[in-house]
Amino acid sequence: MTANARANILSRLRATTTQGSFAVPDAPVIAGLALSLEERIDRLRRMLETMHAEVQVVSSSAWLGALKARLRARGLNGLLYGAETPLGAALEAAWEDDLPPLVPYSESVEQCREQLFHIDAGITTTRGAIAENGALILWPSAAEPRLMSLTPGLHIAVLEAGMIFNTFAEAIDQQAWLQEGMPTNALLISGPSKTADIELTLTFGVHGPKELVVFILT
Amino acid sequence: MNDPFPAPIPRPGKVYYFGTCVIDACFPQAGLAGVELLQREGVQVIFPQAQSCCGQPAHNSGFPDEARRVARHQLKAFARDYPIVVPSGSCAGMLKHQYPHLFAHEPDIEEVQRFSSRIYELSEFMVKVLQVRLEDRGEPIKVTWHSSCHALREMAIIPYAKTLLGQLKQVELVELQNERECCGFGGTFSVKQPAISAAMADDKVNDIVQTGAARVLSTDCGCLLNISGTLGYRQLSIPTQHLAEFILERTQ
Amino acid sequence: MTKTADVLAFERNVTKALDDGQLRRNLRSAMTTLSQRRRALFADVEAFEKLRTQGQSIRRRALSRLPELLEQLEARCTANGIQVHWAETTAEANAICLDIIRRHGAQRVIKGKSMVSEEMHLNHFLEEQGIEALETDLGEYIIQLDGETPSHIIVPAIHKNKDQIAHLFHDRIPDAPYTEVVEELNAIARQELREKFRAGEVGVSGVNFAVAETGTLCLVENEGNGRMCTTAPPVHIALMGLEKVVEKLQDVPPLLRLLTGSATGQPITTYFNMITAPRRPGELDGPREVHLVILDNGRSSIYGDPERRATLQCIRCGACLNHCPIYTRLGGHAYGHVYPGPIGSILTPQLEGLDEAGVMASASTFCGACEEVCPVKIPFTEILRMLRNEAYARGESEHDVKGHGYRYTTVEALSWKSWALYNTSPGLARIGSQILGKLGQHLPMIGPLKEWTRTRIPPPFAPKSLHQLAQERGLDDDR
Ligand code: SF4
Repeated sequence: MTANARANILSRLRATTTQGSFAVPDAPVIAGLALSLEERIDRLRRMLETMHAEVQVVSSSAWLGALKARLRARGLNGLLYGAETPLGAALEAAWEDDLPPLVPYSESVEQCREQLFHIDAGITTTRGAIAENGALILWPSAAEPRLMSLTPGLHIAVLEAGMIFNTFAEAIDQQAWLQEGMPTNALLISGPSKTADIELTLTFGVHGPKELVVFILT
Repeated sequence: MNDPFPAPIPRPGKVYYFGTCVIDACFPQAGLAGVELLQREGVQVIFPQAQSCCGQPAHNSGFPDEARRVARHQLKAFARDYPIVVPSGSCAGMLKHQYPHLFAHEPDIEEVQRFSSRIYELSEFMVKVLQVRLEDRGEPIKVTWHSSCHALREMAIIPYAKTLLGQLKQVELVELQNERECCGFGGTFSVKQPAISAAMADDKVNDIVQTGAARVLSTDCGCLLNISGTLGYRQLSIPTQHLAEFILERTQ
Repeated sequence: MTKTADVLAFERNVTKALDDGQLRRNLRSAMTTLSQRRRALFADVEAFEKLRTQGQSIRRRALSRLPELLEQLEARCTANGIQVHWAETTAEANAICLDIIRRHGAQRVIKGKSMVSEEMHLNHFLEEQGIEALETDLGEYIIQLDGETPSHIIVPAIHKNKDQIAHLFHDRIPDAPYTEVVEELNAIARQELREKFRAGEVGVSGVNFAVAETGTLCLVENEGNGRMCTTAPPVHIALMGLEKVVEKLQDVPPLLRLLTGSATGQPITTYFNMITAPRRPGELDGPREVHLVILDNGRSSIYGDPERRATLQCIRCGACLNHCPIYTRLGGHAYGHVYPGPIGSILTPQLEGLDEAGVMASASTFCGACEEVCPVKIPFTEILRMLRNEAYARGESEHDVKGHGYRYTTVEALSWKSWALYNTSPGLARIGSQILGKLGQHLPMIGPLKEWTRTRIPPPFAPKSLHQLAQERGLDDDR
């Protein structure tokens, strides 16, 4: 059935592509944003904050302290992290007993489903961000799986300021997405999950994280 | 000073006038007012008696052959090279933008295109080509404005109409809250989907009432027929008037 | 004039919708908000026009190479490990889904928002097969609870206000307290659905764009339910209409901005999810199988006509609904079909046939609001006129739309013929306008005049026509 469907559909589309005219207008050249690093940081921060993310711009040397200060006394049941990443190593080295325990994501989802759906927080790296629309770029991987930024109520994302691009198009281009080959799942994230499905009233925290905290490292 | 509306053609000595069928049957005074405004500027107005309807009702209802028959009749009636002035954004839109579509696959398409390029809506013509300056001699009045959809979008002539209105110093314009929303006329739509049309007209009338204006103006008598019909049915006594008639009344 | 079945059904729905004051208020306020937000985002009109031309260009470029792009998409997806299925009809698409679900022994599927699945009536089909299909988008969840269909393609429950939803949750969800607080309603749904996500067996989603050059399926969403459905279960089925393909990854950024901006005035949604493969070796989560179902269901016949092809440019942003003076008064249900509003009015009669849905093409005043906002510049009025023509075109019709000629009646044809005769015979017209002028207010209220005067006073036919007055004034008549 499927083989036939394919042939039939394609032949119907082909049978007609030459008839009549279907003009393709030229795409106008659109100059993208061209902001300085400072401006990119500022715009990203503003846009993320509008979408109820919390943003902290902090130096690479001070950020772990800032993270710990944030997590201390929040009574979280754990922080999901990727042990095989440089970020994971840094966390392990800096971790202290009065903080929520570090929980590595090291087994497949089939083995740890319950835990994934009950842990309070997760921390991930980012591959970059986009100033224009205020979005983080994540490429989940074997070391940092997809659900880390989805099932915990609090998602903490760590971003190198130098990786903030002006536009989505610029990120695709400069990070050579095509040449590198697309990952299983690439993501843009612009805030905690939200909905406006009831009377268009915006509320945050639906099926994804209720909170998004972004550390922009300078 | 930069002229915001540069003239597309030199000021002509003669123009054709396309009266439109709604004006012909229901609002001939509005039609005449347009004629007088043009004559007053020293332009000779030619009114071919053979003219009838632009053909839009058939064009929009699924009868292109009939629309083309009527359209070709207008082509013949307005055969000479003069600009054609139309006191309606909707009919002007039909003549200017829809005829080329309607005749896209017809042998006389080039003739149609030449015809369509001569079409001007009245207020557009007055501002762009004649560069008129109006002097208001009337009493202070508060009016509101209805933009017909085709005047607004297809012809984009609302800026001209409002320029003229703006020249009338004693006239205060109170805009509708939903000025860009259709009044529900839509030609045959008003009788083919009467319930929806009535709901839209009702909302438009409510919007008009809340402005507190003493009069409703527009470039399009089709819409005014719908709006005044609904105002009348609801026994509201806010007069409606074609812009040309209003201008003439205040500048004589 | 005799009325066809589609017309009668539509008239009933219209009356019901217009009589529902609550519905009209809910819609009015929502649509005003959505259009204001959109206008605020695209405040720079010139820049927006450029972006829109870019969007139009991308979509038309993709359509002009559609068969090749679909083959390329299939090849890239297959190479990435995504299994591609083709379905000519919704029945075939349903069967494909069922087969996948059965093979995995699943009892329940969890669904992200997908208009194609609505087109397939997938939920209904699966339920008949004893499989539960659970909607997880909050809006979809709400209407599923109430046994309804979406009334809007982006905000499916927009016809309901929070009081109505409060009652619904309290009545239908076991142990749900009565609350009208939106946050609390949201929390109830979150709680209910979280359990289902954890246990999810098969996830179903739509596709916003499919990128041919990389074999990537793109999905926009805000709630995280779309990511849940495409990440947590072991199997993911993505459903797409065959027009959704674009050529290149670089085509995505402008379309994404146009889509989210036009839909709700957001610069971007919370999540933009780009899926290129099932779980790869070494990866710890993500579905082990990803299936892409490419649905035709009449699209290839639309494609066949270059003048109707523009219908397929649509990126389903819903802006044309939000700005349509008719949609904003009726809501989606009155249209009686899956896709309402202006896009529904051009798409549905072509997919289902004029005899099924031709009346939708008459639900327009040609005001052009849809054309003004459509981010890919679909020429609605041109297509609507063509469909109206086809509704009356007997024998061989120019555009050969399914069901053409269904509305033809001798009476209507004759009345337009007489109209044309009247308007091409100055002598006849002169007599006619004299009669009109004389009878004027004493005309019998029948036919169109009867419809007109239900809610309006009769037209004020003037005693003398402009023709007569022009003659009396001695205006040159060019002879
Ligand atoms: S037709 Fe245009 S405006 Fe309407 S949903 Fe499609 S893309 Fe959006």
